[in-house]
Amino acid sequence: MKPAPFAYHAPSSLAAAVDLLAQNENAKILAGGQSLVPMMNFRLAMPDHLIDLNPVTELDRLTVRTDSIEIGAMTRQRRMEFSNELRQACPIIGEALQHVGHRQTRNRGTIGGSLAHADPSAELPTVVLALDGVIEIRGPRGTRSMPMAEFALGFMTTALEPDEIMSAVTLPRWQGPHGYAFVEFARRLGDFAVAAAAVMMALDAKGTVTRVAVALAGVGPVQSRLTAVEEALRGHRIEPALIDSAAALAAEGDANEDIHASADYRRHLAQVLTARGLATAARRAQTQMKAPA
Amino acid sequence: MTAPATVALTVNDRPYEKQVDPRTTLADFLRQHLGLTGTHVGCEHGACGACTVLLDGQSVRACLMFAVQASGHAVTTVEGLANPDGSLSPLQSAFREHHGLQCGFCTPGMLMTLAELLRDNPAATEAEVRDTLSGNLCRCTGYAGIVAAALDVLARLAPEAKDR
Repeated sequence: MKPAPFAYHAPSSLAAAVDLLAQNENAKILAGGQSLVPMMNFRLAMPDHLIDLNPVTELDRLTVRTDSIEIGAMTRQRRMEFSNELRQACPIIGEALQHVGHRQTRNRGTIGGSLAHADPSAELPTVVLALDGVIEIRGPRGTRSMPMAEFALGFMTTALEPDEIMSAVTLPRWQGPHGYAFVEFARRLGDFAVAAAAVMMALDAKGTVTRVAVALAGVGPVQSRLTAVEEALRGHRIEPALIDSAAALAAEGDANEDIHASADYRRHLAQVLTARGLATAARRAQTQMKAPA
Repeated sequence: MTAPATVALTVNDRPYEKQVDPRTTLADFLRQHLGLTGTHVGCEHGACGACTVLLDGQSVRACLMFAVQASGHAVTTVEGLANPDGSLSPLQSAFREHHGLQCGFCTPGMLMTLAELLRDNPAATEAEVRDTLSGNLCRCTGYAGIVAAALDVLARLAPEAKDR
């Protein structure tokens, strides 16, 4: 037994989980456990109380609407990966999920766990940021929601108060033809991303970028939107030279340094992956526009 | 010591009920409480995949969940793969024929991962087999035989799928 002792709680509703969190000191929420349990096995996390959301079935839901997609916090990555409806409505999620751990961890891992854990290299927060996702939060003072851009505050830190639980995420859908891409560099498939980029792009009939979103993972302490890259593209005709000059802006700014990559290398990867993501998204946007409606 | 929790589940179709410390991982529970030592414990933080078992038919890392969480569920371990008469399943036989066993430590996890893939995707390609196996580390670097074994079973499972 590697984890330190804890008291185990298995509430059957979100309201009961919120009560348990309020009543117990040093309590942790257990979602899929694919990040928390390793931390407990290393004793980097030593909660006295573990509140398991797995029995809370109301948090396992995936609703695809015309204008938005709502995903309950305990919806497993596996369900998202194999949902035809989600693949058709928002294929970037499935493309990103291919980089999220392995089949065995996606079978347990949840979207809420990934977003609340806020690992700077995690794929799902990157996609949710690129899609302008909105996080729903439940606590003893009721329900509130906030954009992903405000939810992730810094290295493994979110805007969740100690007595609050993330309950769902809503993703607005892009209307009309558009392209997407999720590209990543990792040492092997499923490892933590050294760097990754999520791109959404819409073009008009002349090939001018009408709307674009770019989010980067693994480079800074938290996922970031590359607003300078987006501004350089918006209103301009997409072509290789534009992609190159816009992607160069992704290499500006601070970058993490660790055993896997220097800051310089991460900045280089940011530029290369952004360029690849933009090129793929542009190609897919053009294909979409040619496809019969 | 915290209050013990009850684990009531089936493992390889056999029901069990035990009292455990809540911090007991499913991997330790299988090995130490049920004596099913076929499930191997490697890194204990979800990187190596040696402890892979099926939970309600889906592959999971047994070191990354607590035994108490498996209560009410059905677990399949490597001990549950062989045929009822004790003879090896086609996948297990293929591992032997293609020298996919190497030192044997990672074998149970490899078998459980592939059992899920072969069941869910009998038309899996070599690339899909390799992607799926990326979650299981073999330190003998013996993936060649393991991949060959999986492809052999796939070819026998769905020869028509291979001819696409």
